[in-house]
Amino acid sequence: MSTFSARVKSVINDNDLQIALSKATTKLSSGREASIASLENADLIRDMARRAKLNILHNLDENLLKFEHRLIDNGVNVHWAEKGTDACEVVIKIAQKRGIKKVAKSKSMVSEEIHLNEALIKAGLQVIETDLGEYIVQLADDRPSHIIAPIMHMTRHRVGEIMHRHLNVPYTDDIKELARYAREKLRSEFLSAEIGITGANFGVVETGTICIVTNEGNARMVTTLPKIHIVIMSLEKLVPTLADLDLMLKILARSATGQKLTSYTTLIHGPKVDEENVGPEEVHVILLDNGRTGIFGSEQAEILGCIRCGACLNICPVYKNIGGHAYGDVYPGPIGSVLTPGLKGLLEWKDLPYASSLCGACKDVCPVRLDIPQMLLSLRKNAIKEKIPFGLKIGMKGFGIITAYPGLYKFIRNIGSLFLRLIGRDGWIKRFPANWLIPTDLLNGWTKVRDFKVPARKSFQDMWIEREKSYE
Amino acid sequence: MSEKPQKIQLFHTCLVNEFYPEVGMAVVNVLEHLGIEVNVPLRQTCCGQPAYNTGFQKDAKKAARYTVELLSKTEGPIVIPSGSCTDMIIHQYPILFREDTDFLPEVTAVTKRCYEFTQFLVDVLGVSKLGARLDARAAYHQSCHLLRGLGIKKQPASLLENIENLKIMTIEEKDECCGFGGTFAAKHPDISGSIMQKKIRNIENSKADMVVSCDMGCLMHLEGGLHRKGSTIKLRHIAQVLEAGLQ
Repeated sequence: MSTFSARVKSVINDNDLQIALSKATTKLSSGREASIASLENADLIRDMARRAKLNILHNLDENLLKFEHRLIDNGVNVHWAEKGTDACEVVIKIAQKRGIKKVAKSKSMVSEEIHLNEALIKAGLQVIETDLGEYIVQLADDRPSHIIAPIMHMTRHRVGEIMHRHLNVPYTDDIKELARYAREKLRSEFLSAEIGITGANFGVVETGTICIVTNEGNARMVTTLPKIHIVIMSLEKLVPTLADLDLMLKILARSATGQKLTSYTTLIHGPKVDEENVGPEEVHVILLDNGRTGIFGSEQAEILGCIRCGACLNICPVYKNIGGHAYGDVYPGPIGSVLTPGLKGLLEWKDLPYASSLCGACKDVCPVRLDIPQMLLSLRKNAIKEKIPFGLKIGMKGFGIITAYPGLYKFIRNIGSLFLRLIGRDGWIKRFPANWLIPTDLLNGWTKVRDFKVPARKSFQDMWIEREKSYE
Repeated sequence: MSEKPQKIQLFHTCLVNEFYPEVGMAVVNVLEHLGIEVNVPLRQTCCGQPAYNTGFQKDAKKAARYTVELLSKTEGPIVIPSGSCTDMIIHQYPILFREDTDFLPEVTAVTKRCYEFTQFLVDVLGVSKLGARLDARAAYHQSCHLLRGLGIKKQPASLLENIENLKIMTIEEKDECCGFGGTFAAKHPDISGSIMQKKIRNIENSKADMVVSCDMGCLMHLEGGLHRKGSTIKLRHIAQVLEAGLQ
């Protein structure tokens, strides 16, 4: 796979992307700000929601078993999956056993994480994405770039082109018209699919309830029309009680889109019962680990409290400039920079914790107050135990020693300062010439986009000492 | 009301010492103007943030331990003209030494004495009007560690509002990071530069002729970007504008 820096290079000057990102993130962020501001006791609700999520994590194994019992009591079939491939296998078996060929999906990040679509198609199944954004992703054979807005990287003109090319409809960039195209096409698919697949926003331990929120209503279609409904839910999605679910719902949509609630909030307790005339005959819940238990005991365990609102993406100066694809995996932005190394291994993903200026905006907007900057710092601490450039290691060792010996510090600073002043012109360096004294690579990272100011001839301490002497 | 301090220790930060000595002198002048005796512990080095933020916590710990031991030997409030370095000492030192139970009390004793410069003026001395006067249009850049790390927002604003003739210009997206981020600026120049260009655009649109901040890290980064563009916009630490026109 390409490196993080290479991926950044390929997107940073993409004008369409910059326009799309700026429009969408500004809208979502300002929506969030206004709607959280209008929520009475928002701080208290956020604190309580945080506590509810962390309590679940502290006692995860017990909560999972309790949740499983409730599900079974509700007539739900429960499956446990350690890896993504295991979960895909469960879905394929359910379909094959019944000779089913067509499944409809509502938007689910966990299904992206486990590459469910590829696995199902390989097994001979037809998969239809019913979320508008995901549907366009599927048409264009693209990848989502945001956890709640999958095609944030596209302008509406691009969406118009995709629909025109793949659906044989006249080109338009009118959003209403584009939505109508998708609706017409998708309606018949809903009616013919025999399995509906969703993720879960929350699972309520107390009642065995699965909660799904959407704005398009597609999840409600996917969970009622096909005769089988399969939920893929990662382990950390639990909340203790319905009262806690209420807390989560108060902050989830507000943080995500600025809505008080999403247009549809679906609570599922199990398959259709006798007196009901709609609903699936079978409901399956697949409880998926896929690396989460590895994060559980680490300094980043708190990240499992994330409720996937996407607020940290929308506020992040880095995300806003590079978009989701540059992060290289399913979960982009600040949350992804913690989650991806945790799920998939730090060695391969150690660039991500460094993809942050540590500005702290993510922590500020997180509805459950996850301390993402601190988790990034602890990942950086672990990252330097892996392979790192020798020069950097020696440099930092030197830093630790020099800063603890003021005489040595002064000596090295004087040499460095003199050297920098010698290569500077009019007090500035536009590019560092190759030399053996200073780390030119790193410093020319600085001069790539800005000039380097050379140190002052007289340091502050020199000035101070001079002044003290003049008083004597 | 508790008694106001007479004497402070200045932790001037390495950036001020090497690159912006005039900022250090401005801090001294403002404090002395208010009748505060300034002492500069001459054996101070760096708070350790460059190593800490890059992940080299062991090496950062050496700098941190040294700094704590040095400052422990002094008395009175410690004033730091940087939001970022203040946040490092107040919030990150206790994390660095959290398992070092023998040393932690010494760390806490020092962190309790630390104040960012504007925080010290407004919250400790109760001063927000110094009698400064400056003819300029200034945009205030609130650095992230000052704003979000330390929650310092009103203090610099009230100090600036009270400068005679100073026109405060508002910049769009004022809470947004400038893209500095320490070693991030050099490690990811494409991202850092892209964030910086947006900040520069907002500064230019504000029609300010001066950017004022409490952090020389952000200013050094912005100054380098503006210098490359050939801009004439000046960059000043808040102490420098507070010093202007003082009698």
